Amino acid sequence: MSSNSSILLENARLLDPASGLDATGYVWVREGKIAAVAAGEFNQGRLATDLGALARLDDLWRIDARGFWLTPGLVDIHVHLREPGDEHKETIATGTMAAAAGGFTAVACMPNTRPINDSPEVTRLIMAAAVGAAARVYPVGSISLGGRGETLAPFGEMRRAGVRALSDDGRPVSDSQLMRRALEYAGDHRLLVISHAEEASLSRNGVMNEGIVSTRLGLRGIPRVAEEIMVYRDLALAQYTGRPLHIAHVSTAEAVDLIRRAKSQGVSITAETAPHYFTLTEEAVGLYDTMAKMNPPLRTATDVAAIRAALADGTLDAVATDHAPHSGLEKELEFDLAANGIIGLESAVPLTLVLVREGLITPLRLVELLSRNPAGILGVPGGQLAVGEPADLTLIDPQRRFIFRPENNQSRSQNSPFSAWEMEGKAVLTIMDGRITWRDPGDPQFKIGHC
Amino acid sequence: MSDAHTFSRRHILGLADLSVDDIELILQTAESFKEISQRSIKKVPTLRGKTVINLFFEPSTRTRLSFEIAAKRLSADTFSISSVDSSAVKGETLVDTARNLAAMNPDCIIIRHSRSGVPGLLARHVKASVINAGDGAHEHPSQALLDLMTVREHKGRIQGLKVAIIGDITHSRVAHSNIIGFSKMGAEVRVAGPATLMPPGVAAMGAMVCSSVRAAVADADVVMALRVQQERQFDPLLPSLREYAIFYGITPELMALARPDAIIMHPGPVNRGVELTPALADGSRSVILDQVTNGVAVRMALLYLVAG
Ligand SMILES: [Zn+2]
Repeated sequence: MSSNSSILLENARLLDPASGLDATGYVWVREGKIAAVAAGEFNQGRLATDLGALARLDDLWRIDARGFWLTPGLVDIHVHLREPGDEHKETIATGTMAAAAGGFTAVACMPNTRPINDSPEVTRLIMAAAVGAAARVYPVGSISLGGRGETLAPFGEMRRAGVRALSDDGRPVSDSQLMRRALEYAGDHRLLVISHAEEASLSRNGVMNEGIVSTRLGLRGIPRVAEEIMVYRDLALAQYTGRPLHIAHVSTAEAVDLIRRAKSQGVSITAETAPHYFTLTEEAVGLYDTMAKMNPPLRTATDVAAIRAALADGTLDAVATDHAPHSGLEKELEFDLAANGIIGLESAVPLTLVLVREGLITPLRLVELLSRNPAGILGVPGGQLAVGEPADLTLIDPQRRFIFRPENNQSRSQNSPFSAWEMEGKAVLTIMDGRITWRDPGDPQFKIGHC
Repeated sequence: MSDAHTFSRRHILGLADLSVDDIELILQTAESFKEISQRSIKKVPTLRGKTVINLFFEPSTRTRLSFEIAAKRLSADTFSISSVDSSAVKGETLVDTARNLAAMNPDCIIIRHSRSGVPGLLARHVKASVINAGDGAHEHPSQALLDLMTVREHKGRIQGLKVAIIGDITHSRVAHSNIIGFSKMGAEVRVAGPATLMPPGVAAMGAMVCSSVRAAVADADVVMALRVQQERQFDPLLPSLREYAIFYGITPELMALARPDAIIMHPGPVNRGVELTPALADGSRSVILDQVTNGVAVRMALLYLVAG
């Protein structure tokens, strides 16, 4: 398909939380942009008019998307693409392919690469590798130089090179003064600070949630307060400085309550959680299953319930995957020594759809959590079905049943606790900038063809 | 239990995996093996031609020696690998080590490791039976089994006994296996120690958490003191061993609260004057040396049941 081709997606359930649209209709994509969005049947007369504007007739693709959801392209504000430095786990090419396969058209990649993204040079390296990738890549820069938590990284220059946010992900900032200065200075450069909330003196050497299971397994625990204390600190700093703050991967009930309270007081904060925090508990560690090792760790059923409620009531703004690819070299180890993290891009949609089927959230809210809000938090285009916007679109078959097999995924890594899970619902077509970046090979039920 | 109960476990990874019948069978087998250790020729041909590897990634003189004696008394060929000469220090992963050992076709691998869960990881990659000789803060099944055997020898039963376990419950694999083992066998298990060394979820393992050492020891039939591990960094758990001895050590005054015939146990080696006053460690109520003797019998039973 050529770049100036035109795609008509018709008979889809259009879901656009920005306008509140939830109706059967069509979206017309032309020259990389959304040319039309409307409820109802596609008008043949109009087609004839518009076809007149097309250079070549066979450049029109018509997709009958009956029974599918058409949403603005999904945006994941928390992924690890591992490039540069750990290309055996993932690259920008494979990671964005995984994103597209999961329905994502844009990802924000965390700075803990090797070298760490704390300079415009590294940012430019990432931006260069992202040219032609299957998803938009928004690099997140390191808050501190080298991730050492001592001095500020050059926010301004990094912003010019392409950075869209700053984070201490993986290397939490212990020094409160540095965090405060980061919030202040980031504001000068219109950059959002994303906090990985972890009080290191409490979590040090911990490998799973501290509780019944850690005691039973004889593993060193990470107490929930390690997260909550830092959530509180960063909320207090956001309030004090008046600067916006985003809290990454919220995992505990008390952290949710702190965020809810701060929001009610008008503090400018947003927060995300990941599918594993509303799907799994610490019991998933089972008998030392390193696929269930992540940071923050999986918590308890009480926490899962609180996270779900917070996704429904608006306390949590986004679902982000914290896609963290690792190879067997980092995972087939003693539990203590195994790396933290799991892949998530290709399982996020089905896992979030569970919440819709359970009646906890509406389809529109799902799109808000996976597209509109993350785009808004990051301050990037997308997140809405609006004429003139870049044509970043996701077509979801909410009923497609499949067995999740990480070995068949697009990601270079297979570290997932959801392996062999029966799942329902997935992205079957992803369009980024008017270009098809993913088409489900598994017997797509939609018809795609020339007019 | 019926005599017909056959042992179906391939590995001994922890008391959590063993049924009451399994434990009964192990104890009965150990009791019959104990007699062999009292003969002048302490050897039977039961495991002749079998290969037993002792894989110790953590220094341990007693447990390792006990397993080695047990294997030799059963006529197995034994080989010992300790962390200093193992390839772990050369950067080989545990799974690599496991695959290499598997290629040599041993019948049984006894493993001690400082990381919890390692025996299970090893068991997934070898055909041999794996016996956990202590993994991190997880379990130390042969120790709990020899403790059960010792208690039964002295008390004639386990059911209904009050067992007080005192000390570092968080880091003690001995405590974990004993809490599971004694409660499985019908004893009332009480634990006490500094709050910094009392992990969450102990009650879920079957123990009653007492607010003081006195409360735990009151009326107890068995008082078990745990070893205080001194090599902890970054985590201020105790002000000093002196404080521990004063407030959590077992003294004759404390023992006066226990039943008159209460016995004193310790997994060894004892920090004399810390966990136990020297007089108690060597006194008539101490069964510490019986524990050592029974250790060989229990380990013979385990080897016989999994590799015989
Ligand atoms: Zn993080």
